[in-house]
Amino acid sequence: MELNGAQIVIQSLKDEGVEYIFGYPGGAVLHLYDAIFQQDDVKHILVRHEQAATHAADGYARATGKPGVVLVTSGPGATNAVTGIATAYLDSIPMVVISGQVSSPVIGSDAFQEVDMVGITRPCVKHNFLVKDVTKLAETIKKAFYVATTGRPGPVVIDVPKDITDPRIKVPYKYPKKVTMRSYNPATAGHKGQIKRAVELLLEAEKPMVYAGGGVVLGEASEELTELVRMLGYPVTNTLMGLGAYPATDKQFIGMLGMHGTYEANMAMHESDVIIAIGARFDDRVTGKLDQFCPYAKIIHIDIDPASISKTVKVDVPIVGDVKPVLEQMLELIKEGKKKPNKKALENWWNQIEKWRAVNCLDYDRSSLLIKPQYVIEQLYDVTKGEAFITSDVGQHQMYAAQYYHFDKPRRWINSGGLGTMGFGLPAAIGVKLAHPDANVACVTGEASIQMCIQELSTALQYNTPVKIVNLNNRYMGMVRQWQEFSYESRYSHSYMDTIPDFVKLAEAYGHIGMRIDKPEEVRPALEEAFALKDRTVFLDIMTDRTENVYPMIEAGKGHHDMKLRVAPGTPTDRELA
Amino acid sequence: MRHIISILMENEAGALSRVAGLFSARGYNIESLTVAPTEDPSLSRMTLVTRGNEDVIEQITKQLNKLIDVVKLIDLAESVHIERELMMVKVKTSDETREEVRSLANIFRGRIIDVTPTTYVVEMTGTSDKLDAFVAAIDSDGIIEVVRSGPTGISRGEKGLHL
Repeated sequence: MELNGAQIVIQSLKDEGVEYIFGYPGGAVLHLYDAIFQQDDVKHILVRHEQAATHAADGYARATGKPGVVLVTSGPGATNAVTGIATAYLDSIPMVVISGQVSSPVIGSDAFQEVDMVGITRPCVKHNFLVKDVTKLAETIKKAFYVATTGRPGPVVIDVPKDITDPRIKVPYKYPKKVTMRSYNPATAGHKGQIKRAVELLLEAEKPMVYAGGGVVLGEASEELTELVRMLGYPVTNTLMGLGAYPATDKQFIGMLGMHGTYEANMAMHESDVIIAIGARFDDRVTGKLDQFCPYAKIIHIDIDPASISKTVKVDVPIVGDVKPVLEQMLELIKEGKKKPNKKALENWWNQIEKWRAVNCLDYDRSSLLIKPQYVIEQLYDVTKGEAFITSDVGQHQMYAAQYYHFDKPRRWINSGGLGTMGFGLPAAIGVKLAHPDANVACVTGEASIQMCIQELSTALQYNTPVKIVNLNNRYMGMVRQWQEFSYESRYSHSYMDTIPDFVKLAEAYGHIGMRIDKPEEVRPALEEAFALKDRTVFLDIMTDRTENVYPMIEAGKGHHDMKLRVAPGTPTDRELA
Repeated sequence: MRHIISILMENEAGALSRVAGLFSARGYNIESLTVAPTEDPSLSRMTLVTRGNEDVIEQITKQLNKLIDVVKLIDLAESVHIERELMMVKVKTSDETREEVRSLANIFRGRIIDVTPTTYVVEMTGTSDKLDAFVAAIDSDGIIEVVRSGPTGISRGEKGLHL
């Protein structure tokens, strides 16, 4: 079969099993768009800004486990995509981004819409390619998918000069079934000896903790994790990225850990004598102050990326490998072995944990006359029966969603954890809805974040992706305001917007339904109505308590045992600020 | 501590900048760096001198290994190895100093490879310490320029960095 470069790109995507590409046309990719026009197999989703193309592809990838695919033009199209590429990179999301480039002969001449995309994205991709020869195009695309989806996943950019997609130049096409790269051999199985040591250490523990992260979700190892935790009877905490990896409604789950984690999870980490970290990377938002992190614990760490091991926290038993087969091996060893967990010690440990749990650190003022954001999330959880896909932006609302929506399944919680990208939520929700058209999809956001990609309301209409936008509108950049309250004597420098749009009208202008909710008693009926409108995108603009803060909190420079807890209801923090 | 990291990598455009970019992005320092294709033109060999404690060097080697273009690497400082650096020094000469420069070059096993009525170019290879010593031995006012390649190295014995 002879194809031109543009056809090769599209045919390769088809052969790769790609269902959707998220993109935006422009000069350097016109040949490609012409090839897209002439086929129906790969569906193109036209976004309104290239950043949203990457976030939508990212949401699709997180919800399915399949790589997200993006197509943008050269220059500004490419640079607009960079934020989304970095977002995917920090959370290890498989993504292939095809960017147009000016024609090969003019590369380097500051041509119209030319940027060095390979150079710009180098620090925020797993790998990138500049295609110089049309006969290498199919192989390069195969390599890109291979690199993006294997090992520790991540985004891969393919920069394609316009002349490479020239419709007049046809070359033989064959999509390679497999590629091998001598310089890339991701680890799979873990070291047997280390796994044995880990199991021995784990079974000797008196105050064990299982600390599981996004790697469990990415590695499709939730079942194995759940089996291991239940078999051992140990307490388990998930990172922000790991929520859903272990069912949140299970009694052995003691909540998220870290900066806004639960008191019981952080205290248990601090007091633990053996911690097993599974697909988690000891992020600074998890560890708090490093020299106070888990002072009494021996640490086992399972990660597919050797560079994640002992990067910030020294570990005692490192295991480099894919979490799923490693956990399978551990399960087997435990089942075969004679040694069992120390029942007596475990009973004492759970008694201690229950005392911490009894602090009820996520309690809030339920009698408030104002809408509490926590209440909205609880109602959202209830109305959707805990089964919805929840995307979020970044800030207080993200933490409330993480704390109060109890994810029982992996891939349901979709947020920018590593990079913390505002504007992620809405386009990600569109990507999720395309992947799961029958599921409930909600974007939990705030009035600041939502405005960073608000234009995607237009995309949502064009492709009929009826998502529910739950806008926790506190008329502040809440997390910034919270930090200013705690650390800058309440000098609210530029964390307040005094020209917030009328979101109801805005939603209507984009062809959707807008609802404004002012009172606590209106929250539940509004949510019920919104989710009953199955085929409509609904924007719920919910006026929440302006001064509510996210608790509990580990402030900068403090350890897990030094959490700031909510003060009793009715104290000044609960009063409306003038 | 000083480490010499020897890297075998794909001889691809941009491979060098991936390594250099990694060092600047993660705040590691590069003392010197040399790179050239090997006997297999699809592979380049890079020798990189850096400093750091054990934890830093461990991260550097892990992060380098993560680069898709990196095929293999070793830290030469971990085993017995030979290292050499090439230097060319252009020095001012006069009737009074010519003999002194020549004998110094001889002592350090250097060669004079360019002669003009007013200058010599001395070529010298050796460990970086030896080259430092030669530069220190020459009257600094007499030095017009010093060009150094940065060290490159190879392990002793049968062990080698190859596919």
